[in-house]
Amino acid sequence: MNKEISGFKHIQAAHCENGATTSLLRYHGLDFMTEPLAFGMGSGIFYIHIPILSINNGPAISYRSMPGWIFSRTCKSLGVKVVRKKFGNNEKAAHDFLDQKIQDGVPVGCQVGVFNLPYFPPEYRFHFNAHNLIVYGKQGNDYLVSDPVMETVTTLSEEDMIKVRFAKGPLAPKGHVYFPENVHKVDNETIKKGIIKGIKRSARDMLHVPGNIAGVDGIKYTSKQIRKWRDKLGSRKAGLYLGQIVRMQEEIGTGGGGFRFLFAAFLEQAYGYIPNEQLLAVSEDFTKAGDLWRESAVQMGRIYKGRINNEQKDFEVCADLLLQIADIEKQGFLKLKKMQF
Amino acid sequence: MKKEELPQDDSALKVMTRELCYVKDNDGKYTTGLSTGWDVKKQALDNAWEEINERVEEARKAVTNGEKSPIYYFMELRLMDMPVLSGYTGFWSFNIKRHMKPDVFKGLSDKKLAIYAKAFDISVDELKNFKG
Repeated sequence: MNKEISGFKHIQAAHCENGATTSLLRYHGLDFMTEPLAFGMGSGIFYIHIPILSINNGPAISYRSMPGWIFSRTCKSLGVKVVRKKFGNNEKAAHDFLDQKIQDGVPVGCQVGVFNLPYFPPEYRFHFNAHNLIVYGKQGNDYLVSDPVMETVTTLSEEDMIKVRFAKGPLAPKGHVYFPENVHKVDNETIKKGIIKGIKRSARDMLHVPGNIAGVDGIKYTSKQIRKWRDKLGSRKAGLYLGQIVRMQEEIGTGGGGFRFLFAAFLEQAYGYIPNEQLLAVSEDFTKAGDLWRESAVQMGRIYKGRINNEQKDFEVCADLLLQIADIEKQGFLKLKKMQF
Repeated sequence: MKKEELPQDDSALKVMTRELCYVKDNDGKYTTGLSTGWDVKKQALDNAWEEINERVEEARKAVTNGEKSPIYYFMELRLMDMPVLSGYTGFWSFNIKRHMKPDVFKGLSDKKLAIYAKAFDISVDELKNFKG
């Protein structure tokens, strides 16, 4: 097959699902869509530290809402219908469906695992199964691929595409594809409502999820754990745990610090639709939080760079920084929660 | 973070792409910038790989010493853990743990070995005749 879907534009994003959402909706004529808006309307910001469970032999922390929710929520707010399809173990059906969509001229979002993604550098290929890319055509045996975290477009062979779409383990994609359907023109009133909904939902998620491991309470929980790690795990392993936090936090497509800047950018753009000065003030709060997340990464880096020669007081500094962040974010979300629109 | 403060350090990622980040321009407005990498991140990733390599080396020794079967080694080599290996093979983790015992491993059918070999992307021969 030789087909390139005309009118599809590759857009680079900080986070894959935001990027897929943005470029799919823009393709369907929603030119106002930006990554921060998709992230904000989809309430992508979150925090959870799951105790006991370990990922890659380190703490299990996530800075985002569940994979797939950003796309679903943003589309729902805009009255856009979402089509999703999974194929179990049926590789042929998954292959045929994708090819048919290309033939029909519909760009399709695909959930993939990164372990077998050939264009990723080997150092980055872990068994992470919730990466997103868009297929926008096919040239012979190769799919034309827009991977939102990349500067330019790329390609994937049929064999590699099947491998990454049928990666196994937690969050196995099972050939999962998704795309918007019946996209109509969206008026400003709907965008405003979507923005408010996204803001209120984020405030609820970060302030009011029960228990002490999610939302701003989760950040405090991590802080508390960090204070214990050196005694509990020994200085070497404790350092590795911090390294894992930094990777979860700052690596491409995840983002603790990065997500705060994105949220701040979202609030700034929200002000363009809803001229309420408070949005800009809270945007500043989250810029501050993002800066502190990065500072905490630097501090953690000092510890794991040395690996052995660390002291308890170094861990305390990290823990204190997280408490400070939790407080800033709590105040920010409280302001957003109380805001009248 | 201001645009000019965006780190431009070395990273493994730069052969694939620069990373898009949200930063502030000189007027205090959000814009985007591209980063080649950040030392703090690179160090975390390097450490993670050092740790992985140590685990693989320990696994290799454990197999050579007859404490574990090659399944254990290849699981570590392919960066898998129980849930991932269980996903690729369809075996329960309880059974996988048994298959990691050298005695049980010796009795595994070729069919089961082939499933493991496929999951590890190696031949049955490589799995059976562990060379370290």
